[in-house]
Amino acid sequence: MLLIKNLQASVEGKQILNGLNLEVKPGEVHAIMGPNGSGKSTLASVLAGREEYEVEGGTVQFLGNDLLDMSPEDRARAGMFLAFQYPVEIPGVSNANFLKTAVNEVRKSKGLTAYDSKEFLQIMKEKMKLVEMDKAMTQRSVNEGFSGGEKKRNEIFQMAMLEPTLAILDETDSGLDIDALRIVSNGVNALRDGNRSFIVITHYQRLLDYIVPDFVHVLYKGRIVKSGTKELALELEEKGYDWIKEEVAVGA
Amino acid sequence: MSEDLKILDEVTNSEYKYGFVSNIESDNAPKGLDESTVRFISAKKNEPEWLLEWRLKAFRHWLTLEEPTWANVHYPKIDFQEIIYYSAPKKKPTLNSLDELDPEIKATFDKLGISLIEQQRLAGVAVDAVIDSVSVKTTFRETLGELGIIFCSFSEAVHDHPELIKKYLGSVVPHTDNFYAALNSAVFSDGSFCYIPKGVRCPMELSTYFRINSAGTGQFERTLIIAEEGSFVSYLEGCTAPMRDENQLHAAIVEIVSHTDATVKYSTVQNWYPGDKNGKGGIYNFVTKRGICMGDRAKISWTQVETGSAITWKYPSVILKGDYSVGEFYSVAVTNNMQQADTGTKMIHLGKKTKSIIISKGISCGKSQNSYRGLVRIGKKAEHARNFSQCDSLLIGDKCGAHTFPYIEVGNKTAKVEHEATTSKVGEDQIFYCNQRGISTEDAVNLIVNGYCKEVFNQLPMEFAVEAQKLLAISLEGSVG
Repeated sequence: MLLIKNLQASVEGKQILNGLNLEVKPGEVHAIMGPNGSGKSTLASVLAGREEYEVEGGTVQFLGNDLLDMSPEDRARAGMFLAFQYPVEIPGVSNANFLKTAVNEVRKSKGLTAYDSKEFLQIMKEKMKLVEMDKAMTQRSVNEGFSGGEKKRNEIFQMAMLEPTLAILDETDSGLDIDALRIVSNGVNALRDGNRSFIVITHYQRLLDYIVPDFVHVLYKGRIVKSGTKELALELEEKGYDWIKEEVAVGA
Repeated sequence: MSEDLKILDEVTNSEYKYGFVSNIESDNAPKGLDESTVRFISAKKNEPEWLLEWRLKAFRHWLTLEEPTWANVHYPKIDFQEIIYYSAPKKKPTLNSLDELDPEIKATFDKLGISLIEQQRLAGVAVDAVIDSVSVKTTFRETLGELGIIFCSFSEAVHDHPELIKKYLGSVVPHTDNFYAALNSAVFSDGSFCYIPKGVRCPMELSTYFRINSAGTGQFERTLIIAEEGSFVSYLEGCTAPMRDENQLHAAIVEIVSHTDATVKYSTVQNWYPGDKNGKGGIYNFVTKRGICMGDRAKISWTQVETGSAITWKYPSVILKGDYSVGEFYSVAVTNNMQQADTGTKMIHLGKKTKSIIISKGISCGKSQNSYRGLVRIGKKAEHARNFSQCDSLLIGDKCGAHTFPYIEVGNKTAKVEHEATTSKVGEDQIFYCNQRGISTEDAVNLIVNGYCKEVFNQLPMEFAVEAQKLLAISLEGSVG
């Protein structure tokens, strides 16, 4: 579903990704870990199409299409979802209105009719349960005055509403307490259906106790330098990243 | 220019859709202005002697005044001798039946999307339509008449209700008020008059639609609204003009008198032709709007959505004379391309425990300049007066400007005055966030700006709020750059 080959990207003239390769198949959950500054969030931004990130080389195929050639909204409509590390506030626009616009845009691109208000409310009600969300939150302005935990929950709620093919979670666990972490993870797990794929970017093994990945990759200096199963995450938790850095140094 | 900014540019660079010219034969005054012009207009309108004298007094005063230059707007000096001060559709429309309306005028209103008949039937909105200098149609008069409500053109009111006109004309905005008020008082041609008797709640929205059609014409209308004790009225005003390369002057006056326990809500959606992308043409909108809360607990509420005009110079104000009276001002002003707006309000607190609220949302895009200018004055006797002002500016793109000029004068220690101001940009982060959810940049900007204006749109009557949102979308087209 997603095939990244030799991806190189820079931001403000600084090269961050240096030939990254990754393949994600339907239904798989890939965790991406790595020390600070290794390029994890850059990867998420490049895949979502954030403009400040310059792609210098390589290819990315998403569902058979050239992803790098698509606008951010077309990527989203094609089924790519990014749960933001820092969700953005939009004052005066209710969560419900925002989501209705988004969901109907995505439906339109697929040739489906737009939901009317009643249908939409019904669907919203169901999905809200997934992240134990209060109804009042749908009437509040998008992320405005939300706590850190509420913002992250709202991201997962949006994901549930948009039903993406591939979801990228960019440090969704950062700043969450244990309860919020459980709620967010439960929401994600409920959306694992054997076809939907996930890329979970995180600093902490802790999240992977809740969202159990099929693969764990270590990103370092803009490349995936080690891949393994969920045991690799436990090893990293125990030993840190130094041994990997050393391996890379020796290999080079 | 970054990609987002480019898109902003595209989104806000769209065409003005009301720019057609209707082929209506008109009866014009000769170009230029002197006492004979004033006499010509007065004679055309068959006015009583006292009104001619009133006009001449205003004209003589105007001659002594200088055009004001303190506003934060820039334009070449206006040649007042190059303007036609009176233009009327030639076929005198009768007021008995809509069928007798000049088909061209009717077509004009259809194009504007205000089918008078439709409005009459469906919306229950009573409409007075003013083309150039003359009021051509007032709908729904009989229904209103049964309640004692008078809603007619200003000229008719002069003949049918001279005692009311004599009593109130110039009582809120005297001809000595300012340069344009003096000019209007001398040459005003028509407008709307509205009188709500004691204790009557007007059952429908009253609406005036202004249209400048003829070339080289200035439009100088006057609106006068009187709400007697305990009455209520909601009044709407809309305006458009053809696209022309020359600038046209619009200098109107609106006077509102709200007596004890009366409430007047006045909503404007101003969409005069703003000129082209390079700033050629467009309306100079120099308007004086003021209301007075005469009695205790009277209320006047101004809501304006300003998207048109090359230059807007306008400060709808409230004089809070009665104790416990309330003044409100809700404004959305959008400027795009080369437009300039200097707009805001004045809240003059005279009575005890008077309250005012000011919510102003300025949105600048393109190369436009958008200024908020507001005065809050608390008089010596205005014990425990309160004001809350919030002035927000939103910038779209990096070539526009937003300015805030708040003036606060407090003459009583017990008063409480609050002023909040913010300036923000439509963030690339916000746009990207929307994009990532499948929303295009143009829709994203609309969504963000509409959210930003929500507090003001909530004040508009429903149909008008929808209209305002659409208008906002059109004004913003091509703004994302």
